[in-house]
Amino acid sequence: MYRTALRNVLASKGRLLMTMLAVLLGTAFVAGTMVFSDSVGQAFKDSQSSSFDNISVQVHNSAAGSDAKASDNNSSALPLTDATVQRIAALPGAQSARGTVTGFAGLSDPQGNLIGERGNTQGSNWVPGADGRDSTYPMVQGTGPVNSRQIAVDQRTAEKNGFKVGDTVRLAVNGPVMQMTVTGIFTTVDPQVKAGGSLVLFDTATAQQLYLKAGQFTTIQAVAKPGTSEQQLLSEVLPVLPHSGNITAKTGVKLSADSTAAVQAATSGMRTALLAFAGIALFVGIFLISNTFTMLIAQRTRETALMRAIGASRRQITNSVLLEALFVGVFASLGGLLAGIGIGAGLKAFLGSGGNLPAGGLVIAPTTVVATLLTGVVVTVVAALLPSIRASRVPPVAAMSSNDQPATQKSLVVRNSIGAAFFGTGLAAVLYGAHLGGSSGRLPVGAGAGLILIGAFVLTPLLSRPLIALVGPLFARLYGVSGKLAKQNALRNPRRTAATASALTIGLTLISALTVIGASVTDAVTKQVTSGMKADYAVSVMLGEPVSPSALPAIKSTAGVSATSVIDSQYVKADGRDLSVSGFDADSFSRLVAPTMLDGSAGAIGQGAALVDKSTAASHHWSVGGSARFTYPNGSTGTVRIGGIYQDSGLLGPVMMSESVLSPHTTAPYYSAVLVSGTAGASPALEQALKDSTGRNPLVQVQSQQQMVKEFSSQISLLLNVMYGLLGMAVLIAVLGVVNTLAMSVFERKREIGMLRAIGLDRRGIKRMVRLESVAIALFGAVLGVAIGEFLAWAAVQLLKSSLTGLTTAFPAGQLAAYVLAAALVGLGAALWPARRASRLDILDSIKTS
Amino acid sequence: MTTTLLTAAARAVGLSKVYGEGDTRVTALDQVSVEFVRGQFTAIMGPSGSGKSTLMHCMAGLDSVTAGSATIGDTELGGLKDKQLTKLRRDQIGFVFQSFNLLPTLSALENITLPMDIAGRKPDHAWLDQVVATVGLADRLGHRPSQLSGGQQQRVACARALASRPAIIFADEPTGNLDSRSGAEILGFLRNSVRELGQTVVMVTHDPVAASYADRVVFLADGRIVDEMYGPTADSVLDRMRRFDAKGRTS
Repeated sequence: MYRTALRNVLASKGRLLMTMLAVLLGTAFVAGTMVFSDSVGQAFKDSQSSSFDNISVQVHNSAAGSDAKASDNNSSALPLTDATVQRIAALPGAQSARGTVTGFAGLSDPQGNLIGERGNTQGSNWVPGADGRDSTYPMVQGTGPVNSRQIAVDQRTAEKNGFKVGDTVRLAVNGPVMQMTVTGIFTTVDPQVKAGGSLVLFDTATAQQLYLKAGQFTTIQAVAKPGTSEQQLLSEVLPVLPHSGNITAKTGVKLSADSTAAVQAATSGMRTALLAFAGIALFVGIFLISNTFTMLIAQRTRETALMRAIGASRRQITNSVLLEALFVGVFASLGGLLAGIGIGAGLKAFLGSGGNLPAGGLVIAPTTVVATLLTGVVVTVVAALLPSIRASRVPPVAAMSSNDQPATQKSLVVRNSIGAAFFGTGLAAVLYGAHLGGSSGRLPVGAGAGLILIGAFVLTPLLSRPLIALVGPLFARLYGVSGKLAKQNALRNPRRTAATASALTIGLTLISALTVIGASVTDAVTKQVTSGMKADYAVSVMLGEPVSPSALPAIKSTAGVSATSVIDSQYVKADGRDLSVSGFDADSFSRLVAPTMLDGSAGAIGQGAALVDKSTAASHHWSVGGSARFTYPNGSTGTVRIGGIYQDSGLLGPVMMSESVLSPHTTAPYYSAVLVSGTAGASPALEQALKDSTGRNPLVQVQSQQQMVKEFSSQISLLLNVMYGLLGMAVLIAVLGVVNTLAMSVFERKREIGMLRAIGLDRRGIKRMVRLESVAIALFGAVLGVAIGEFLAWAAVQLLKSSLTGLTTAFPAGQLAAYVLAAALVGLGAALWPARRASRLDILDSIKTS
Repeated sequence: MTTTLLTAAARAVGLSKVYGEGDTRVTALDQVSVEFVRGQFTAIMGPSGSGKSTLMHCMAGLDSVTAGSATIGDTELGGLKDKQLTKLRRDQIGFVFQSFNLLPTLSALENITLPMDIAGRKPDHAWLDQVVATVGLADRLGHRPSQLSGGQQQRVACARALASRPAIIFADEPTGNLDSRSGAEILGFLRNSVRELGQTVVMVTHDPVAASYADRVVFLADGRIVDEMYGPTADSVLDRMRRFDAKGRTS
C-alpha cells in the first residue's frame, strides 16, 4: 500500500502541485509570523536588557513625571529627592547612585510641527561624573548641557533633522516654545530611541524644573559594588527610601524580567492576529486540498475498484489515500517552513528599514519548526479524510463498468437540510444579537456569523444552480456557444464548483465586511465632524493640555481670521452627577458651531440658556423651556434655562452654554480647543498664520475639519490595508483552487474538447469556454461572499452603534462592485493556464481517450 | 478527367504520412491516391495497422500530412492554418465517432445543432426536421445523452453530422460500440442519407457486414491501397479480406 501511495503521488504530481502550493502558502504564513514575532521580540528583549545591564537596583516614583498627572495633588505621595540619592550612594553596598528625571519633550521642525510621534519623544537629564562624562549617554560630538538654555540631542534624531552642535533648536515640554542651543550629540542604548523615538538631555536642574520640582527625581538607579549582589543592595536600599505607596524599588534582574514580559505581552497580540490570518489561509486551503483529493479519487475510480476486486480492504484504500496526503503534507510543510523563514526575514527587513525596530538576528525557535510541520501535515490529512473514506466506498464492480465517470451524483437533500438548519439558526442569532445591540449582542452575532458561514458553505452547491444560471443568458448572448457551454460546465458538478467558490467566498466575506464596517465608521466620524462644525480650524494642544488663555489675543488677531470661540471644558454637578459642560463665545457661536437641533433653537445660547444633547436631556429629564440646577466648579450653584436639545455629537459634548455665563463660576478656564473661522475659509496660509501666531509650538495643533477626519480615517484605512493584505493571502490560495479545479476539469473533459475541436470550435472558442467557466465560478464565490460580508457588517454596525453616535451602515457600492469585478478578473487570470492547455490538446489523442 | 474532378467530394494524391524518426520511423500511409465521389457511400477496409484510420484523419483535416495532398471540394488542406482547418471542418465536414462523443451537458437537439451554434448560424428548420425524422429521434430531442441508449446516442451523432449539410461525412467505426441491431440501424441510416439526401459518406470499418452497406469498398494494407470493390456483399468482402490474411502468412 505504501508503494501504491507513493506511486500515486508521483503519477499525479502535476495535480498535487497546486495542493502542495496551498499547504505551502498557509504554512509559510504560520512560520513567517512566528519567525518574525520571535525575532522582533528577541531584538526588543536584547535592547531592553542591555539598557538594564548597569543597573543593580532602580527606585521609581510612580507619582512623578508623565506617568501620573492626576495624582500630582495626592498629598500622601512622597518625592524622591537629592537626599534620597545621596543616602543610596552612601550605602555600603552601593558603588554609585544616579537620579534621573524623564518626561515628554517635543522638538519642532521649522514650520512648528512636532518631530516624531508624540508617544516616543522624550527628555531626560544629563548626569556627568567627576570626569565630566555620563557613561549612560556617551557624547559623539560636543559636551553635555550645563544650563537651562542648552540641550544634547540623540545621534539619530540629529542626523535625521540636520541638527549640529551650536545650532539653536525649538522645543516644547508642556508649555511655550523654548529656544535651546545644542551642545552635544550622544548615542544611547535606550530602547525607545532604538525603536525610532527621540531623546533630548537637559542639565539636571533644568529637567527637574521642567518635569517636577527642584531637587526631585522620577527614578534613582544604583550600581552595586563588586561583590554585592543586587538582592543585597535592594535590602540596603529599601530602609532609606521614603515610605510611600508611590515609591517602588526593583533589582536589575527583575526590571529586565518585567520588560521582557511587557514585550511579550505587546508582541503576543500581533502574533495572535497574524496567526489568525494564517489560520484563515489554511482553512481556505482545506477546501482546495479536499477538492483536489476528491477529484483525484473520482479519476481513479476504476483503479481503486480494481484494487478492491483483487483483494484490497476498505481500510487499505483509505490508508493509501491518507498516506498520499501525508506525503503531500510533509513536503509542502517543509517547503512552507523554508518559505516562512524567508517571509519572516523579509518582513523584518521591510518593517525595520524605517529604523523603528531594534536590530537583531533571525530567531527560528524549535516550536516554529514543530508547529509549522504539524499544522501542514494535520491540515492536509484532515482535508483528505472525507475523500479517502469516499474512495474506500468504491464498489469492486466499478472496475468492470465502461463508464469512467461516477455518474450517479448523490442527492443533495440531506446536505441542503443541514445547511439550511445552520444558515437559519445563524441568521436568527445574528438578527437577535443585532436587535440587542451593544456588548450583550456580541455573543449571538459572533456565534451566528459562524453558523451562517458554515451553513452557506454547506448550501453552496444548491445556491450555485440559480446564481450561475443568472449569468448564463448573458454569457450565451455575448460569447455564443462558448458562453453556453461554460455555464453548463460550471453547473455540471455543483459540489466541485461550490468547494472551489467557497474558498473565494471566505476571503471576500471578510474583506467586504471590513470594508463596510470601515466605511460606516469613517462615514459616522465625518458626519460628526462636519455636521456639528462650521469652524475652519480647531487649535488645540497635545498631551491633553489646554490652550493657554494668553494665546487667545494672538489667535483672534491673526490675519484672515473672521470669528473665534473658545471651548471651555468644565465639570459641573447636576442631580448629584458629574456633567461635562462646554463654554462657547455666544457672539460667534452660530458662525462656528452648528448642532443638529431636535427641539428649541441654537440661538438660545445667546440669551444665557444651555443647549443639551438628546441623551443627557433624557437621563436628566430636561426639556426645552425647563431649567437645570448646576453646582459649578467654584462651589456656587445656579439655575440655567434649557434653550434647546441637539443630536448627540462626540465633538460638541453633552452640554453647551455661553462662556460669559459659565466663566464667572469657574476657578480657571480650561480651553480644550479654540475654534477659528477664516474670512476666506480654510487655506494653507491661514493654517500657517495660526501656527505662527501661537509661537510655532510643536505641541500646538491647528487642524482643519478634513485633517480631523483624515487623522481618524487614516488610522482606520491603515488598519484596513494591513488586513486586506493579510486576507489577500486567503484569496491567493483560493485562486490556486480555481486553477486546480479547471485543470482537472480540462483533463476530465478531454474527449469533449477533442470532439468540439473536431466539429469546428476553434482554439479561441475552447479557451473562452474554460475562461468563462472560471469567471462564472469566481463571480459566484465573490457575490456570495460580498452578500454575506455585507450582512455581517450590518450586524456588527448595530453592535457598535451604542459606542459611536451617528453610526449607520454605509455600503460603499463602488468598492464592493470593484471586488466582484476583481474576482471576475481573478477568475480570468486563474483560467489562463488551464485554458491554454485545453486549446492545445491534440484532437486525435483527445477523441481516442477512453 | 474533368468530370471526375467535379464529382469528387474529397481527393488524396500521393498522400504519405510518417510517424517518428530514425529507428522508430513508421510509415502509416505510403503514396496513397484516392477519390471519394460525391453522393457515394465509401467504406475503407483493411487489417489493423493498415492505415485506414490515418487516411481518414488526414482527409478530414484532423492530422497533418507528410507528403502529397489532400483536398476537400476545391480546398487543398496542406496549406491551411489551424484556424482555416477548423473552419473547414465546421462548414464542410461531418463526423461520426466510434464512442459517439456527445456533450453530456447538452440535450439531444442541442447536440445536433452544435456545429451551427459554433458557426453562429441559424439551423435550417425544414432540413433539421427531415434529419430528425429520418433518424427517428423526434420524441427524444429534449433528453440528455445519459438518458439515451448507445444506438440512440449514435443516431444523435449522425444527425449532428448531417444537420449542417457538410460536403462529406467521415465515420470512424460508427458501429464499433453497438450491438448488431443498433449497428444495422445506423448503417441503414447512413446508406439512406446517401441514397435519399445525396450525402457523401466515407466510413472506416473492419466489419465486412458494415462494409456491405457501402457502394464501394477501398482496401488498404501496409499504408497502400491494394484493391477496391463496387457493390460489395458481406461474403465478397470477407473473401477479399481472407486473401489478405493468406498473403500475409505466405509472404
